[in-house]
Amino acid sequence: MAHDLAVRLGDDALILGHRLSEWCGHAPTLELDLALTNIGLDLIGQAQLFLGLAAAAEGEGRDADALAYRRTEDAFQNCLLAEQPNGDFARTIARQFLFSAWQELLLRRLADAADQEIAAIAGKAVKEVTYHASFAAGWVVRLGDGTAESHQRMIAGLDWCWRFTGELFEDGCAALRTEWDARVDKVLAQAGLDAPEPVRGITGGRRGRHSEHLGHLLAQMQYLPRAYPDAVW
Amino acid sequence: MSATIAERLAARIYEILGAVPDPEIPVISVVELGIVRAVRAGVPAVVVITPTYSGCPATVAINKAVRAALDDAGLRDVVVKTELSPAWTTDWISDSGRAKLLAYGIAPPETTAERRARRDAAPAICPQCGTGRTAEISQFGSTPCKALWRCLECAEPFDRFKCI
Ligand SMILES: [Zn+2]
Repeated sequence: MAHDLAVRLGDDALILGHRLSEWCGHAPTLELDLALTNIGLDLIGQAQLFLGLAAAAEGEGRDADALAYRRTEDAFQNCLLAEQPNGDFARTIARQFLFSAWQELLLRRLADAADQEIAAIAGKAVKEVTYHASFAAGWVVRLGDGTAESHQRMIAGLDWCWRFTGELFEDGCAALRTEWDARVDKVLAQAGLDAPEPVRGITGGRRGRHSEHLGHLLAQMQYLPRAYPDAVW
Repeated sequence: MSATIAERLAARIYEILGAVPDPEIPVISVVELGIVRAVRAGVPAVVVITPTYSGCPATVAINKAVRAALDDAGLRDVVVKTELSPAWTTDWISDSGRAKLLAYGIAPPETTAERRARRDAAPAICPQCGTGRTAEISQFGSTPCKALWRCLECAEPFDRFKCI
């Protein structure tokens, strides 16, 4: 139970952290380049802690690196939202906004969880994620309430991501839904945006059924440790 | 181990680690930054350290530097242990650490007590001219622990420690 939770939390953070690292050197401005990669760095740090915990719990002599670099896509349990391609800056912001708002609510609860190891990591990570959530919400407002072009792009970004949000509330997370809806609605209203129409959700990530995007991501992320199995940091 | 010997050892460890600079902000020590959380007397004595940010690349360098400083002082048997909880907060940066950050050109974080005392987020104080007429440029800066600000009086950009 605690093991599965640690894998899910670790995989979400690892995969989204890697996606954000793809912005390095490509973001619209230097400040945003630093922001996106710093968020990615926080997430990869959280992944290391959660996957380290998962590896210790499974007791098969694997470590966080083995879980990150030596599993195939059907063994990953991240949500589908995390693996979605970056698209343009607005889509990246939409993904971050929807994800961080959810992650912050979840980690805040887990910080008081009975499992002390999960609680310790969550208590640390939630401070970082609160910052991510406020950054992303700020940009949703700036883009939504900006030019006609930025407004359109923000709508398109939210539309792309929306079908993957239902999955976030599976696996014991249903209780987060009301508060998440309220938060998202508040920011969208501030941004002059309507919530996207309800759509039929796509799910399966938690059970290892992923979009083709994850395989491409792993091919890049895992190339070096798979090509040089004895390489160390 | 008698209390006085244990106390003397702890004081010595603090003194040794007080000379270990933070790898990214070398004007302050890992003790002033609040990374060295505790020295627990015992056999062996245990130094408890805590990371600032989960993904901070300096964490590995800090662990190595702490270990090396203890080894160099002949304290090979002192154990270094990492603990995450309670999570590191900028409130643990000492007053001397805050003063050194400011002199180095980094606006120190306000404490939780200071933040609670006012309703809105306080502006950073410009480390160059001391004015509070400043604005945030970016919530993220050159390292995970800093944000980027600029002064509206003297126009200098500067780093500010994020308050967590
Ligand atoms: Zn100034």
